[in-house]
Amino acid sequence: MSQRLTRPGLILEADRNTPPTLFWNGEGFYLQRLPKGSRIIYPPEPVESLYDIEDGIDNALLNPTGDSQPLPDLLKPDMRLTIVFDDISLPLPPMRSPDIRQQIIEAVLDYAAQAGVDDVVLIAALGLHRRMTEPELRHALGNRIYDAFAPHGLLRQHDAENLDELTHIGTTESGEDVEINKRAADSDLIVYVNINLTAMDGGHKSMCTGLVSYKTMRHHHNPNTLLHSRSLMDMHSSALHSSIWRMGRLIANSGIKIFQIETTLNTDTFPEAFGFLQKREWEWSLSDRVRYITTSNILEKMPPRASRAVLHSIKSPYQVTSVQAGEVEAVHQVTLNNLHAQQLMVVEGQTDILTMGLPYIGPYNVNSTMNPILVAVMGLGYFFNLYINKPLVRQGGVVIITHPTRWEFNPLHHPSYIDFFEQVLSQTTDPVEMAAKFEESFAVDPWYIHLYRKSYAYHGVHPFYMWYWCAHALDHLGGVVVVGGDREAVRRLGFRPASSFDDGLEIASDIVGTNPSITHLHCPPLLLTEVR
Amino acid sequence: MTSHSRLKSIFQFSNLIERSLLSSRSEPVLPWRKPNWPSSLAKPTPKPTLGVYYDTSWTRTKPSRIARAALVDWLIKPLSSFVAMPTVEGLDRLGNVSTPVIFVANHSSHLDTPLLLCSLPQQFRHKTVVAAAADYFFDKRFKAAVWSFALGIIPMERTKVNRRSAALAEELLRQGWNIIIFPEGTRSPDGWAQRFKGGAAYLSLKVGIPVVPVYISGTRRILAKDSTKLHRYPTKVVFGHPIVPTTPALSSGAGNLKGKKDTEDAVHFEKRIEQEIALLADACTSNWWEALKRHKSGTTPSLGGPKTSPWRRSWELPPSSRSS
Repeated sequence: MSQRLTRPGLILEADRNTPPTLFWNGEGFYLQRLPKGSRIIYPPEPVESLYDIEDGIDNALLNPTGDSQPLPDLLKPDMRLTIVFDDISLPLPPMRSPDIRQQIIEAVLDYAAQAGVDDVVLIAALGLHRRMTEPELRHALGNRIYDAFAPHGLLRQHDAENLDELTHIGTTESGEDVEINKRAADSDLIVYVNINLTAMDGGHKSMCTGLVSYKTMRHHHNPNTLLHSRSLMDMHSSALHSSIWRMGRLIANSGIKIFQIETTLNTDTFPEAFGFLQKREWEWSLSDRVRYITTSNILEKMPPRASRAVLHSIKSPYQVTSVQAGEVEAVHQVTLNNLHAQQLMVVEGQTDILTMGLPYIGPYNVNSTMNPILVAVMGLGYFFNLYINKPLVRQGGVVIITHPTRWEFNPLHHPSYIDFFEQVLSQTTDPVEMAAKFEESFAVDPWYIHLYRKSYAYHGVHPFYMWYWCAHALDHLGGVVVVGGDREAVRRLGFRPASSFDDGLEIASDIVGTNPSITHLHCPPLLLTEVR
Repeated sequence: MTSHSRLKSIFQFSNLIERSLLSSRSEPVLPWRKPNWPSSLAKPTPKPTLGVYYDTSWTRTKPSRIARAALVDWLIKPLSSFVAMPTVEGLDRLGNVSTPVIFVANHSSHLDTPLLLCSLPQQFRHKTVVAAAADYFFDKRFKAAVWSFALGIIPMERTKVNRRSAALAEELLRQGWNIIIFPEGTRSPDGWAQRFKGGAAYLSLKVGIPVVPVYISGTRRILAKDSTKLHRYPTKVVFGHPIVPTTPALSSGAGNLKGKKDTEDAVHFEKRIEQEIALLADACTSNWWEALKRHKSGTTPSLGGPKTSPWRRSWELPPSSRSS
């Protein structure tokens, strides 16, 4: 990990001289003046990347962390080697080629070839996510790997519903069934290649969400664990992570050998043309202003589908700040330290109102539509959870989201979301109630299972998990206001629509009074707040 | 329409205009105007962009180089030939030299730069930059842009030691660019050379490349320092033998000298460069053989002229070094 050479995060108190603040608004963005005295949290600037990425990878493979031998010593000619990698949900936006997964897997395969390993299979750790398309796999792995493995059926995507390809490992001390991908379980060595974009990722979570079945997933993805995950970004205070860690240790104790390779990226999220999106507004140059005016106007005039296509074509110039490999828990600790060095910033005190502009992309709508449920999970599941210690917004406070929240779904990727929105959310927004009444029927629905396995659909139960992801925020907050959203869609989510930001503040004043403290999360780029 | 309603509509229209003007005066901020700086934050001092900080990299892009080559070959060269009527000597000495090299010349007129540049053989001319005074040529953006484009000048700090200008010159040499350096740092005020600074010798030692001494005569008659009027006058540009810092094992030819502890130091090498240019100057006023003999015996007249009173120094000047 290199030393930070750039500026740390900034908390600015808006005054009369503070220029308007950039708010993301789905497939667009605008400038909004915040009331005097509001706090604006600007994330730390990108830290220096590894000077020589190939050298960094090699160093990690040869000098593992924790109780692990160097990778070359673990490779034997007659072994079964399975290389597992994170799916399309990471990183966001997708990074420019070459993707770090490609660079690491190529290095691992170099050693495997040198050791004479013939039985090698690559598996995309989908969990209950949709399958990746060929172009997406080619982008993540590069053409060399894809062309060498895919034609021979050696590049696979985890199927959580293929009972023949799952194996039961055991039950944790808390009674959690652990059922994982059979090929991985039967391997002499699993090499997991991860991208840690947020503090939530990595560690045992890689395996225990990416390669498990619904039967296993439901133990940690349920309203109870997610209500007690405070926050998801702090594994020590997260019931979800506790469950996952129990499972991970069970897998390790069962004799399955995992060589974990974790990576961290800096926060250089947008390419030069969109550089103003990650700059502090008062530092915008003339070209930034011209680019803002041009892009915001063009995106606004374009139909949503076209502007979505433009934005989803953005490839992020992320750079790798660290690579570490070896034993899962030891590696993850180093990863978290490196990730905190980039993203963590201290914020003094909570706020009455937390405002956030939601961008066009989240983990579950890469090359797809951000439907109303994904808007909710992006705001309340992810942005709200970007804290350790205590939430940025106080108990009973209000979150104001800016997003168009259109009543639109991608039927290819999110078929069960459509029914969830129509049938479940129309009856209840209570995670516990919907889990009891509806989850099972969606999870075992043969049509959703068929679409998950054979098409490119998220699993039938996935929208439930998204809603559970919001459970902590829903429990904590006094209200959620969506500025500029489709009124019907916003009301269906149980939130309150507002036509303008000022209206949103007015609505929030019903809950938090007329003189509230306001904090704006200037995100992306990503950050993690330690609230004191 | 009655006169009353007409007046009313005019009044409404003027109100509308006034409102829109007022709103346009108070409303437009970012992105239409330069953003304000929040009061609670200290404003950083803007990064300097002139002087040694002027970025000349754009002048070395392919389109700029093509345009400059055309400008130098088709305009500057004919013009300088017309005004300076140059005689170029010693080009044969550049036959076997490996590029890049540092051309080091005496300096008595603005004409020296275009004249020397146009006198260089083709293989050098379009891959050569000129070290120029950062405080003189790069003090204004337009001036810096014009001269850096037309002659490929790069900023060189001449009043104090500056790592940035030395680093730029070194980087360009490593990229294969030749450099013209006038080690006096400024044009001669009285026709005699001033003390040579050590930059050229330092760069030669650092990068391990040869120095080509050059003597230019006659340009002061065309445009002396503080003169504003051009006078046609025949000039001479004489190239000397490429020289490298001496080592016990390496007495001639180019090679990477970096790290060799036995290499002569920059101060000594700079003196030797000065002596080589003095030899060329002496050869111009007498003949090569006589000058060579004086050079070998250490009796070559100094470039700096006699150390006497100012009028006698002027009296002693060779005709080509006098001002018109």
